Amino acid sequence: MTESAIRTELLTRDFGSVRAVDAVTLEVPRGEIFGFLGPNGAGKTTMIRLLLGLLDPTEGSARVLGHDTRTDSDAIREQTGALLEHTGLYERLSAIDNLDYFGRIWRIPGPDRKARVQELLTRLGLWDRRGEQVVKWSRGMKQKLAVARALLHRPSLIFLDEPTAGLDPVAAAALRDDLAGLAEHEGVTVFLTTHNLAEAEKLCDGIGVIRGGRLIAVGAPRELRERRGGRQVEVVGRGFGVDLVAVLRAQAGVQGAEVKKDRLVVVLSDGVEVAPLVGILVRGGAEVEEVRKDSASLEEVFLTLMEEK
Amino acid sequence: MIGDVLTVMRKEWKEIMAMGGAQRGRFQLLVFVGIMGVFLPWQFGPKWVTSPAVIGAWGWVPVVLVSTIIADSFAGERERHTLETLLASRLTDSAILFGKMAAAVAYGWGLTLAGLIVGWITVNVANRGGGLLLYSPTTAIGALVLSFFGALLASAGGVLVSLRAQTVRQAQQTLSIATMVILFVPVFGVQGLPDDVKQRLATWAIRAGTLKLMLTGLAVLAAVDLLLVFAARARFRRSRLVEG
Repeated sequence: MTESAIRTELLTRDFGSVRAVDAVTLEVPRGEIFGFLGPNGAGKTTMIRLLLGLLDPTEGSARVLGHDTRTDSDAIREQTGALLEHTGLYERLSAIDNLDYFGRIWRIPGPDRKARVQELLTRLGLWDRRGEQVVKWSRGMKQKLAVARALLHRPSLIFLDEPTAGLDPVAAAALRDDLAGLAEHEGVTVFLTTHNLAEAEKLCDGIGVIRGGRLIAVGAPRELRERRGGRQVEVVGRGFGVDLVAVLRAQAGVQGAEVKKDRLVVVLSDGVEVAPLVGILVRGGAEVEEVRKDSASLEEVFLTLMEEK
Repeated sequence: MIGDVLTVMRKEWKEIMAMGGAQRGRFQLLVFVGIMGVFLPWQFGPKWVTSPAVIGAWGWVPVVLVSTIIADSFAGERERHTLETLLASRLTDSAILFGKMAAAVAYGWGLTLAGLIVGWITVNVANRGGGLLLYSPTTAIGALVLSFFGALLASAGGVLVSLRAQTVRQAQQTLSIATMVILFVPVFGVQGLPDDVKQRLATWAIRAGTLKLMLTGLAVLAAVDLLLVFAARARFRRSRLVEG
Protein backbone atom coordinates (compact mmCIF):
# COMPACT_ATOMS: atom_id res chain seq x y z
CA MET A 1 0.00 0.00 0.00
CA THR A 2 1.37 3.45 -0.90
CA GLU A 3 1.97 5.64 2.11
CA SER A 4 0.11 8.95 2.28
CA ALA A 5 1.94 12.10 1.21
CA ILE A 6 1.27 13.64 4.62
CA ARG A 7 0.22 11.97 7.85
CA THR A 8 0.14 13.81 11.18
CA GLU A 9 -0.69 12.42 14.58
CA LEU A 10 -1.81 14.87 17.29
CA LEU A 11 0.69 17.38 15.90
CA THR A 12 1.12 20.27 18.32
CA ARG A 13 3.35 23.33 18.39
CA ASP A 14 3.57 25.95 21.12
CA PHE A 15 5.30 29.34 20.99
CA GLY A 16 5.70 30.20 24.67
CA SER A 17 2.20 30.20 26.08
CA VAL A 18 0.54 30.36 22.65
CA ARG A 19 -0.56 27.05 21.07
CA ALA A 20 -0.26 27.67 17.32
CA VAL A 21 -1.11 24.12 16.20
CA ASP A 22 -3.20 22.00 18.50
CA ALA A 23 -3.28 18.20 18.21
CA VAL A 24 -3.84 18.06 14.46
CA THR A 25 -4.38 14.58 13.05
CA LEU A 26 -4.53 14.62 9.28
CA GLU A 27 -3.89 12.46 6.25
CA VAL A 28 -3.34 13.70 2.70
CA PRO A 29 -3.24 11.05 -0.04
CA ARG A 30 -0.63 11.25 -2.77
CA GLY A 31 -1.59 13.12 -5.95
CA GLU A 32 -4.26 15.22 -4.23
CA ILE A 33 -4.57 19.01 -4.11
CA PHE A 34 -5.31 19.60 -0.45
CA GLY A 35 -6.50 22.98 0.79
CA PHE A 36 -5.85 24.07 4.33
CA LEU A 37 -8.35 26.78 5.18
CA GLY A 38 -8.44 29.12 8.11
CA PRO A 39 -8.53 32.78 9.08
CA ASN A 40 -5.37 34.80 9.69
CA GLY A 41 -3.39 33.46 12.64
CA ALA A 42 -5.17 30.10 12.60
CA GLY A 43 -1.90 28.14 12.36
CA LYS A 44 -1.68 27.48 8.61
CA THR A 45 1.86 28.77 8.11
CA THR A 46 3.10 27.07 11.29
CA MET A 47 1.64 23.83 9.96
CA ILE A 48 3.68 24.14 6.74
CA ARG A 49 6.82 24.94 8.73
CA LEU A 50 6.24 21.85 10.85
CA LEU A 51 5.67 19.66 7.79
CA LEU A 52 8.87 20.93 6.18
CA GLY A 53 10.80 20.19 9.37
CA LEU A 54 11.71 23.87 9.78
CA LEU A 55 10.13 23.75 13.23
CA ASP A 56 10.05 20.82 15.63
CA PRO A 57 6.68 19.84 17.08
CA THR A 58 6.13 20.38 20.79
CA GLU A 59 4.07 17.17 20.87
CA GLY A 60 2.81 14.61 18.38
CA SER A 61 4.44 13.61 15.12
CA ALA A 62 4.26 14.06 11.38
CA ARG A 63 5.44 11.98 8.45
CA VAL A 64 5.87 13.57 5.04
CA LEU A 65 6.49 11.29 2.04
CA GLY A 66 7.26 8.58 4.57
CA HIS A 67 9.88 10.61 6.48
CA ASP A 68 9.59 11.74 10.08
CA THR A 69 9.75 15.56 10.25
CA ARG A 70 11.68 15.46 13.52
CA THR A 71 14.44 13.04 12.52
CA ASP A 72 14.54 13.08 8.74
CA SER A 73 13.70 16.61 7.66
CA ASP A 74 16.62 16.79 5.19
CA ALA A 75 15.02 13.97 3.18
CA ILE A 76 11.67 15.80 3.21
CA ARG A 77 13.19 19.02 1.91
CA GLU A 78 15.03 17.01 -0.74
CA GLN A 79 11.71 15.81 -2.23
CA THR A 80 9.47 18.83 -1.73
CA GLY A 81 9.09 22.31 -3.13
CA ALA A 82 7.72 25.33 -1.32
CA LEU A 83 6.25 28.72 -1.96
CA LEU A 84 6.06 30.17 1.52
CA GLU A 85 4.54 33.33 2.97
CA HIS A 86 6.79 35.49 0.78
CA THR A 87 7.95 34.72 -2.76
CA GLY A 88 11.53 34.30 -1.52
CA LEU A 89 12.97 35.56 -4.80
CA TYR A 90 16.35 37.27 -5.07
CA GLU A 91 15.08 40.46 -6.60
CA ARG A 92 18.49 41.84 -7.59
CA LEU A 93 18.90 38.80 -9.83
CA SER A 94 17.05 37.91 -13.02
CA ALA A 95 14.41 35.20 -13.36
CA ILE A 96 16.95 32.97 -15.10
CA ASP A 97 19.50 33.50 -12.31
CA ASN A 98 16.90 32.75 -9.61
CA LEU A 99 15.84 29.49 -11.24
CA ASP A 100 19.40 28.56 -12.16
CA TYR A 101 20.43 28.95 -8.50
CA PHE A 102 17.68 26.67 -7.25
CA GLY A 103 18.32 24.24 -10.12
CA ARG A 104 21.92 23.98 -8.95
CA ILE A 105 20.76 23.58 -5.34
CA TRP A 106 18.69 20.59 -6.48
CA ARG A 107 21.63 19.33 -8.55
CA ILE A 108 19.79 19.32 -11.85
CA PRO A 109 22.45 18.72 -14.54
CA GLY A 110 23.24 21.76 -16.75
CA PRO A 111 21.41 20.89 -20.00
CA ASP A 112 18.35 19.54 -18.13
CA ARG A 113 18.33 22.62 -15.93
CA LYS A 114 18.32 24.98 -18.90
CA ALA A 115 15.57 23.02 -20.64
CA ARG A 116 13.44 22.86 -17.48
CA VAL A 117 13.82 26.59 -16.79
CA GLN A 118 12.78 27.38 -20.35
CA GLU A 119 9.84 24.95 -20.16
CA LEU A 120 8.44 26.46 -16.95
CA LEU A 121 9.04 30.11 -17.87
CA THR A 122 7.44 29.57 -21.27
CA ARG A 123 4.42 27.80 -19.80
CA LEU A 124 3.91 30.62 -17.30
CA GLY A 125 4.37 33.35 -19.93
CA LEU A 126 7.57 34.74 -18.39
CA TRP A 127 10.18 33.64 -20.93
CA ASP A 128 10.34 36.97 -22.80
CA ARG A 129 11.35 38.81 -19.61
CA ARG A 130 13.73 36.17 -18.26
CA GLY A 131 16.77 38.47 -18.25
CA GLU A 132 15.24 41.35 -16.27
CA GLN A 133 15.94 41.91 -12.58
CA VAL A 134 12.94 40.49 -10.73
CA VAL A 135 12.60 43.71 -8.70
CA LYS A 136 11.09 45.33 -11.81
CA TRP A 137 8.31 42.75 -12.08
CA SER A 138 4.68 42.94 -10.93
CA ARG A 139 3.57 40.96 -7.90
CA GLY A 140 1.66 38.50 -10.07
CA MET A 141 4.73 37.78 -12.20
CA LYS A 142 6.86 37.28 -9.11
CA GLN A 143 4.30 34.88 -7.69
CA LYS A 144 4.34 32.88 -10.93
CA LEU A 145 8.12 32.76 -10.87
CA ALA A 146 8.02 31.51 -7.29
CA VAL A 147 5.61 28.75 -8.35
CA ALA A 148 8.03 27.83 -11.15
CA ARG A 149 10.86 27.68 -8.60
CA ALA A 150 8.81 25.39 -6.35
CA LEU A 151 8.18 22.99 -9.26
CA LEU A 152 11.63 23.23 -10.86
CA HIS A 153 13.08 19.99 -9.49
CA ARG A 154 9.89 18.00 -10.09
CA PRO A 155 9.11 17.47 -6.40
CA SER A 156 6.64 14.83 -5.24
CA LEU A 157 4.92 17.35 -2.99
CA ILE A 158 4.70 21.13 -3.00
CA PHE A 159 3.63 23.46 -0.22
CA LEU A 160 1.97 26.69 -1.28
CA ASP A 161 1.29 29.23 1.45
CA GLU A 162 -1.50 31.52 0.22
CA PRO A 163 -0.23 31.59 -3.37
CA THR A 164 -2.75 34.15 -4.61
CA ALA A 165 -2.67 36.48 -1.58
CA GLY A 166 -2.35 40.12 -2.58
CA LEU A 167 -3.02 39.49 -6.27
CA ASP A 168 -5.79 41.26 -8.17
CA PRO A 169 -8.71 38.99 -9.19
CA VAL A 170 -7.51 38.60 -12.78
CA ALA A 171 -3.95 37.70 -11.77
CA ALA A 172 -5.25 35.38 -9.04
CA ALA A 173 -7.54 33.56 -11.49
CA ALA A 174 -4.68 33.22 -13.99
CA LEU A 175 -2.36 31.84 -11.33
CA ARG A 176 -5.07 29.42 -10.15
CA ASP A 177 -5.44 28.12 -13.69
CA ASP A 178 -1.68 27.78 -13.99
CA LEU A 179 -1.51 25.94 -10.69
CA ALA A 180 -4.26 23.52 -11.62
CA GLY A 181 -2.66 22.90 -15.01
CA LEU A 182 0.80 22.44 -13.56
CA ALA A 183 -0.39 20.15 -10.78
CA GLU A 184 -2.20 17.98 -13.30
CA HIS A 185 0.67 18.00 -15.77
CA GLU A 186 3.38 17.34 -13.16
CA GLY A 187 1.32 14.89 -11.08
CA VAL A 188 2.42 16.36 -7.76
CA THR A 189 0.65 16.42 -4.43
CA VAL A 190 -0.19 20.00 -3.46
CA PHE A 191 -0.67 21.23 0.10
CA LEU A 192 -2.17 24.68 -0.20
CA THR A 193 -3.08 27.13 2.54
CA THR A 194 -5.55 29.85 1.77
CA HIS A 195 -8.38 31.90 3.19
CA ASN A 196 -9.82 32.29 -0.29
CA LEU A 197 -12.74 29.87 -0.29
CA ALA A 198 -13.53 30.17 -3.97
CA GLU A 199 -9.95 29.25 -4.68
CA ALA A 200 -10.14 26.20 -2.45
CA GLU A 201 -13.44 25.12 -3.96
CA LYS A 202 -12.09 25.37 -7.53
CA LEU A 203 -8.70 23.78 -6.94
CA CYS A 204 -8.88 21.30 -4.09
CA ASP A 205 -9.76 17.61 -3.94
CA GLY A 206 -9.68 17.69 -0.14
CA ILE A 207 -10.03 20.44 2.43
CA GLY A 208 -9.09 20.86 6.08
CA VAL A 209 -10.42 23.76 8.13
CA ILE A 210 -8.27 25.04 10.99
CA ARG A 211 -9.30 27.50 13.68
CA GLY A 212 -7.20 28.51 16.66
CA GLY A 213 -4.71 25.77 15.79
CA ARG A 214 -7.36 23.00 15.86
CA LEU A 215 -8.47 21.06 12.81
CA ILE A 216 -12.24 21.43 12.98
CA ALA A 217 -13.32 19.80 9.72
CA VAL A 218 -11.78 17.73 6.97
CA GLY A 219 -13.12 16.15 3.78
CA ALA A 220 -13.84 16.73 0.10
CA PRO A 221 -15.50 20.12 -0.65
CA ARG A 222 -18.77 18.36 -1.56
CA GLU A 223 -18.71 16.34 1.67
CA LEU A 224 -18.13 19.44 3.75
CA ARG A 225 -20.98 21.29 2.07
CA GLU A 226 -23.34 18.39 2.61
CA ARG A 227 -22.18 17.62 6.13
CA ARG A 228 -22.38 21.18 7.37
CA GLY A 229 -24.94 22.98 5.27
CA GLY A 230 -27.19 20.10 4.22
CA ARG A 231 -29.06 20.55 0.95
CA GLN A 232 -30.40 24.00 0.39
CA VAL A 233 -33.52 25.01 -1.54
CA GLU A 234 -34.34 28.55 -2.61
CA VAL A 235 -38.00 29.30 -3.25
CA VAL A 236 -38.55 32.53 -5.19
CA GLY A 237 -41.94 34.18 -4.87
CA ARG A 238 -44.26 36.10 -2.49
CA GLY A 239 -46.42 35.50 0.55
CA PHE A 240 -43.97 33.69 2.83
CA GLY A 241 -45.63 34.78 6.07
CA VAL A 242 -44.27 34.12 9.55
CA ASP A 243 -46.90 31.43 10.29
CA LEU A 244 -46.30 29.65 7.01
CA VAL A 245 -42.51 29.61 7.59
CA ALA A 246 -43.14 28.24 11.10
CA VAL A 247 -45.27 25.42 9.61
CA LEU A 248 -42.48 24.62 7.19
CA ARG A 249 -39.85 24.56 9.96
CA ALA A 250 -41.98 22.03 11.85
CA GLN A 251 -41.81 19.49 8.95
CA ALA A 252 -39.60 16.44 9.34
CA GLY A 253 -36.20 16.82 7.64
CA VAL A 254 -36.35 20.63 7.55
CA GLN A 255 -33.27 21.95 9.34
CA GLY A 256 -34.11 25.60 8.89
CA ALA A 257 -36.14 28.13 6.88
CA GLU A 258 -35.53 31.83 6.51
CA VAL A 259 -36.99 34.62 4.35
CA LYS A 260 -34.41 36.72 2.50
CA LYS A 261 -35.97 39.54 0.41
CA ASP A 262 -38.18 37.83 -2.23
CA ARG A 263 -37.01 34.33 -1.48
CA LEU A 264 -37.33 31.65 1.13
CA VAL A 265 -34.20 29.66 1.89
CA VAL A 266 -34.86 26.17 3.26
CA VAL A 267 -32.10 23.85 4.53
CA LEU A 268 -32.97 20.16 4.28
CA SER A 269 -31.58 16.92 5.57
CA ASP A 270 -30.40 14.34 3.03
CA GLY A 271 -33.20 12.36 1.34
CA VAL A 272 -36.03 14.82 2.04
CA GLU A 273 -38.39 15.40 -0.93
CA VAL A 274 -38.86 19.02 -2.02
CA ALA A 275 -42.23 18.74 -3.83
CA PRO A 276 -44.41 18.10 -0.71
CA LEU A 277 -42.87 21.16 0.95
CA VAL A 278 -43.66 23.32 -2.08
CA GLY A 279 -47.21 21.95 -1.85
CA ILE A 280 -47.47 23.14 1.78
CA LEU A 281 -46.34 26.62 0.72
CA VAL A 282 -48.84 26.82 -2.15
CA ARG A 283 -51.70 25.57 0.02
CA GLY A 284 -50.69 28.13 2.66
CA GLY A 285 -51.24 30.95 0.14
CA ALA A 286 -47.73 31.63 -1.10
CA GLU A 287 -47.14 32.46 -4.79
CA VAL A 288 -44.21 30.31 -5.91
CA GLU A 289 -42.43 31.46 -9.08
CA GLU A 290 -39.30 29.31 -9.00
CA VAL A 291 -37.63 26.61 -6.90
CA ARG A 292 -33.81 26.15 -6.97
CA LYS A 293 -31.99 23.25 -5.37
CA ASP A 294 -28.46 23.89 -4.18
CA SER A 295 -25.97 22.82 -1.53
CA ALA A 296 -24.60 25.35 0.91
CA SER A 297 -21.54 27.08 -0.53
CA LEU A 298 -18.14 26.38 0.95
CA GLU A 299 -18.14 29.94 2.19
CA GLU A 300 -21.30 29.31 4.19
CA VAL A 301 -19.81 26.09 5.55
CA PHE A 302 -16.65 27.94 6.50
CA LEU A 303 -18.51 30.79 8.20
CA THR A 304 -20.66 28.30 10.11
CA LEU A 305 -17.54 26.51 11.30
CA MET A 306 -15.92 29.77 12.37
CA GLU A 307 -18.97 30.73 14.40
CA GLU A 308 -19.26 27.40 16.20
CA LYS A 309 -18.01 27.32 19.76
CA MET B 1 28.82 19.28 0.28
CA ILE B 2 31.60 21.08 -1.66
CA GLY B 3 29.29 21.42 -4.68
CA ASP B 4 26.56 22.94 -2.49
CA VAL B 5 29.03 25.37 -0.88
CA LEU B 6 30.16 26.46 -4.35
CA THR B 7 26.52 26.90 -5.43
CA VAL B 8 25.83 29.22 -2.49
CA MET B 9 29.13 31.06 -3.09
CA ARG B 10 28.27 31.57 -6.75
CA LYS B 11 24.90 33.12 -5.89
CA GLU B 12 26.43 35.31 -3.17
CA TRP B 13 28.98 36.62 -5.66
CA LYS B 14 26.27 37.43 -8.16
CA GLU B 15 24.38 39.33 -5.47
CA ILE B 16 27.51 41.19 -4.33
CA MET B 17 28.20 42.23 -7.90
CA ALA B 18 24.58 43.27 -8.40
CA MET B 19 24.46 45.34 -5.17
CA GLY B 20 23.38 48.83 -6.23
CA GLY B 21 23.65 47.75 -9.85
CA ALA B 22 26.28 45.62 -11.56
CA GLN B 23 28.16 48.63 -12.95
CA ARG B 24 28.43 50.22 -9.53
CA GLY B 25 29.71 46.93 -8.07
CA ARG B 26 32.49 46.74 -10.68
CA PHE B 27 33.31 50.43 -10.19
CA GLN B 28 33.77 49.89 -6.43
CA LEU B 29 36.21 47.05 -7.10
CA LEU B 30 38.18 49.26 -9.48
CA VAL B 31 38.28 52.09 -6.92
CA PHE B 32 39.69 49.71 -4.31
CA VAL B 33 42.39 48.36 -6.62
CA GLY B 34 43.11 51.91 -7.77
CA ILE B 35 43.76 53.13 -4.23
CA MET B 36 45.45 50.09 -2.69
CA GLY B 37 47.19 48.88 -5.85
CA VAL B 38 48.17 52.12 -7.58
CA PHE B 39 47.80 55.33 -5.56
CA LEU B 40 49.29 54.28 -2.21
CA PRO B 41 52.15 52.14 -3.61
CA TRP B 42 53.07 55.04 -5.91
CA GLN B 43 53.14 57.40 -2.90
CA PHE B 44 55.11 55.08 -0.62
CA GLY B 45 57.56 53.87 -3.25
CA PRO B 46 59.89 50.85 -2.60
CA LYS B 47 58.96 50.75 1.12
CA TRP B 48 55.54 49.48 0.01
CA VAL B 49 57.28 46.21 -0.96
CA THR B 50 60.30 46.00 1.32
CA SER B 51 58.94 47.06 4.74
CA PRO B 52 57.76 44.25 7.10
CA ALA B 53 55.00 46.64 8.23
CA VAL B 54 53.26 45.67 4.96
CA ILE B 55 52.22 42.42 6.61
CA GLY B 56 50.24 44.20 9.33
CA ALA B 57 48.66 46.62 6.88
CA TRP B 58 47.46 43.85 4.55
CA GLY B 59 46.09 41.95 7.53
CA TRP B 60 43.55 44.74 8.07
CA VAL B 61 42.43 45.28 4.51
CA PRO B 62 40.36 42.05 4.19
CA VAL B 63 38.78 42.68 7.60
CA VAL B 64 37.45 46.00 6.37
CA LEU B 65 36.45 44.58 2.96
CA VAL B 66 34.60 41.59 4.39
CA SER B 67 32.87 43.75 7.03
CA THR B 68 31.21 45.74 4.25
CA ILE B 69 29.41 42.71 2.79
CA ILE B 70 29.07 40.07 5.49
CA ALA B 71 26.33 41.94 7.39
CA ASP B 72 24.06 41.17 4.45
CA SER B 73 24.61 37.40 4.60
CA PHE B 74 21.73 36.38 6.86
CA ALA B 75 20.23 39.69 8.01
CA GLY B 76 19.84 40.66 4.34
CA GLU B 77 18.11 37.39 3.50
CA ARG B 78 15.84 37.86 6.51
CA GLU B 79 15.08 41.49 5.60
CA ARG B 80 14.28 40.61 1.98
CA HIS B 81 12.22 37.55 3.02
CA THR B 82 14.38 35.04 1.14
CA LEU B 83 15.80 33.25 4.18
CA GLU B 84 12.89 30.89 4.84
CA THR B 85 12.77 29.74 1.21
CA LEU B 86 16.50 29.02 1.39
CA LEU B 87 16.03 27.11 4.62
CA ALA B 88 13.20 25.11 3.01
CA SER B 89 15.57 23.90 0.29
CA ARG B 90 17.61 20.71 0.36
CA LEU B 91 20.80 22.53 1.34
CA THR B 92 22.33 21.41 4.62
CA ASP B 93 23.02 23.89 7.42
CA SER B 94 26.76 23.58 6.80
CA ALA B 95 26.45 24.22 3.05
CA ILE B 96 24.46 27.43 3.63
CA LEU B 97 26.74 28.69 6.39
CA PHE B 98 30.07 27.82 4.80
CA GLY B 99 28.90 28.93 1.36
CA LYS B 100 28.16 32.40 2.69
CA MET B 101 31.37 32.57 4.70
CA ALA B 102 33.49 31.31 1.81
CA ALA B 103 31.98 33.89 -0.56
CA ALA B 104 32.92 36.70 1.83
CA VAL B 105 36.44 35.31 2.41
CA ALA B 106 36.98 34.90 -1.33
CA TYR B 107 35.85 38.49 -1.87
CA GLY B 108 38.06 39.99 0.86
CA TRP B 109 41.08 37.80 0.28
CA GLY B 110 40.80 37.90 -3.50
CA LEU B 111 40.76 41.69 -3.55
CA THR B 112 43.66 41.78 -1.10
CA LEU B 113 45.72 39.52 -3.35
CA ALA B 114 44.81 41.67 -6.34
CA GLY B 115 45.94 44.75 -4.35
CA LEU B 116 49.24 43.06 -3.41
CA ILE B 117 50.03 42.08 -6.98
CA VAL B 118 48.98 45.37 -8.59
CA GLY B 119 50.85 47.24 -5.83
CA TRP B 120 54.02 45.27 -6.54
CA ILE B 121 53.73 46.08 -10.28
CA THR B 122 53.09 49.77 -9.51
CA VAL B 123 56.15 50.04 -7.23
CA ASN B 124 58.37 48.41 -9.85
CA VAL B 125 57.02 50.68 -12.59
CA ALA B 126 57.61 53.74 -10.37
CA ASN B 127 61.08 52.44 -9.48
CA ARG B 128 62.05 51.42 -13.02
CA GLY B 129 65.81 51.52 -13.52
CA GLY B 130 66.41 50.75 -9.82
CA GLY B 131 66.25 46.97 -10.25
CA LEU B 132 63.41 44.54 -9.66
CA LEU B 133 61.93 44.82 -6.17
CA LEU B 134 60.35 41.75 -4.63
CA TYR B 135 58.44 41.04 -1.42
CA SER B 136 60.68 39.05 0.90
CA PRO B 137 59.43 35.45 1.38
CA THR B 138 58.50 36.26 5.01
CA THR B 139 56.55 39.35 3.94
CA ALA B 140 54.83 37.64 1.03
CA ILE B 141 53.81 34.51 2.94
CA GLY B 142 52.98 36.54 6.06
CA ALA B 143 50.75 38.93 4.10
CA LEU B 144 49.00 36.06 2.31
CA VAL B 145 48.33 34.02 5.45
CA LEU B 146 47.49 36.99 7.66
CA SER B 147 45.09 38.45 5.12
CA PHE B 148 43.40 35.05 4.80
CA PHE B 149 42.98 34.74 8.57
CA GLY B 150 41.84 38.36 8.70
CA ALA B 151 39.18 37.66 6.07
CA LEU B 152 38.10 34.53 7.93
CA LEU B 153 37.92 36.44 11.23
CA ALA B 154 35.66 39.11 9.74
CA SER B 155 33.60 36.48 7.91
CA ALA B 156 32.98 34.18 10.89
CA GLY B 157 32.42 37.08 13.30
CA GLY B 158 30.22 38.84 10.75
CA VAL B 159 28.08 35.75 10.17
CA LEU B 160 27.57 35.42 13.92
CA VAL B 161 26.38 39.03 14.09
CA SER B 162 24.27 38.71 10.95
CA LEU B 163 22.56 35.55 12.24
CA ARG B 164 21.34 37.46 15.29
CA ALA B 165 20.49 40.80 13.65
CA GLN B 166 16.98 41.53 12.41
CA THR B 167 18.14 44.01 9.78
CA VAL B 168 21.27 44.64 7.71
CA ARG B 169 21.61 48.07 9.27
CA GLN B 170 21.63 46.61 12.76
CA ALA B 171 24.27 44.06 11.72
CA GLN B 172 26.40 46.76 10.10
CA GLN B 173 26.28 48.92 13.24
CA THR B 174 27.30 46.02 15.47
CA LEU B 175 30.12 45.06 13.09
CA SER B 176 31.41 48.64 12.90
CA ILE B 177 31.64 48.78 16.68
CA ALA B 178 33.28 45.34 16.85
CA THR B 179 35.87 46.34 14.20
CA MET B 180 36.73 49.50 16.12
CA VAL B 181 37.05 47.53 19.36
CA ILE B 182 39.39 44.99 17.71
CA LEU B 183 41.42 47.82 16.21
CA PHE B 184 41.72 50.14 19.20
CA VAL B 185 41.65 47.89 22.27
CA PRO B 186 45.11 46.35 21.61
CA VAL B 187 46.61 49.79 20.91
CA PHE B 188 45.17 51.50 23.99
CA GLY B 189 45.53 48.31 26.02
CA VAL B 190 49.31 48.22 25.49
CA GLN B 191 49.56 51.97 26.21
CA GLY B 192 47.75 51.45 29.48
CA LEU B 193 50.18 48.78 30.71
CA PRO B 194 52.71 49.64 33.45
CA ASP B 195 56.08 50.78 32.08
CA ASP B 196 58.01 47.72 33.31
CA VAL B 197 55.55 45.36 31.59
CA LYS B 198 55.80 47.38 28.39
CA GLN B 199 59.60 47.21 28.69
CA ARG B 200 59.53 43.43 29.10
CA LEU B 201 57.15 43.03 26.11
CA ALA B 202 59.39 45.17 23.94
CA THR B 203 62.46 43.16 24.95
CA TRP B 204 60.65 39.91 24.18
CA ALA B 205 59.54 41.22 20.79
CA ILE B 206 63.05 42.31 19.83
CA ARG B 207 64.52 38.97 20.90
CA ALA B 208 61.79 37.01 19.11
CA GLY B 209 62.31 38.69 15.75
CA THR B 210 59.84 39.30 12.90
CA LEU B 211 59.29 35.66 12.01
CA LYS B 212 58.50 34.45 15.54
CA LEU B 213 56.30 37.47 16.19
CA MET B 214 54.41 36.85 12.98
CA LEU B 215 53.97 33.14 13.70
CA THR B 216 52.73 33.88 17.22
CA GLY B 217 50.26 36.42 15.87
CA LEU B 218 49.06 34.02 13.18
CA ALA B 219 48.62 31.19 15.70
CA VAL B 220 46.50 33.41 17.96
CA LEU B 221 44.45 34.64 15.00
CA ALA B 222 43.95 31.08 13.71
CA ALA B 223 42.72 29.97 17.14
CA VAL B 224 40.27 32.88 17.33
CA ASP B 225 39.07 32.14 13.76
CA LEU B 226 38.48 28.50 14.61
CA LEU B 227 36.55 29.45 17.73
CA LEU B 228 34.34 31.85 15.76
CA VAL B 229 33.69 29.29 13.00
CA PHE B 230 32.60 26.71 15.60
CA ALA B 231 30.44 29.32 17.33
CA ALA B 232 28.77 30.25 14.03
CA ARG B 233 28.13 26.58 13.22
CA ALA B 234 26.64 26.01 16.68
CA ARG B 235 24.50 29.14 16.36
CA PHE B 236 23.08 28.14 12.97
CA ARG B 237 19.82 26.30 13.62
CA ARG B 238 17.01 26.28 11.08
CA SER B 239 14.27 26.35 13.73
CA ARG B 240 15.91 29.26 15.56
CA LEU B 241 16.20 31.23 12.33
CA VAL B 242 12.58 30.55 11.35
CA GLU B 243 11.27 31.57 14.77
CA GLY B 244 13.62 34.55 15.04
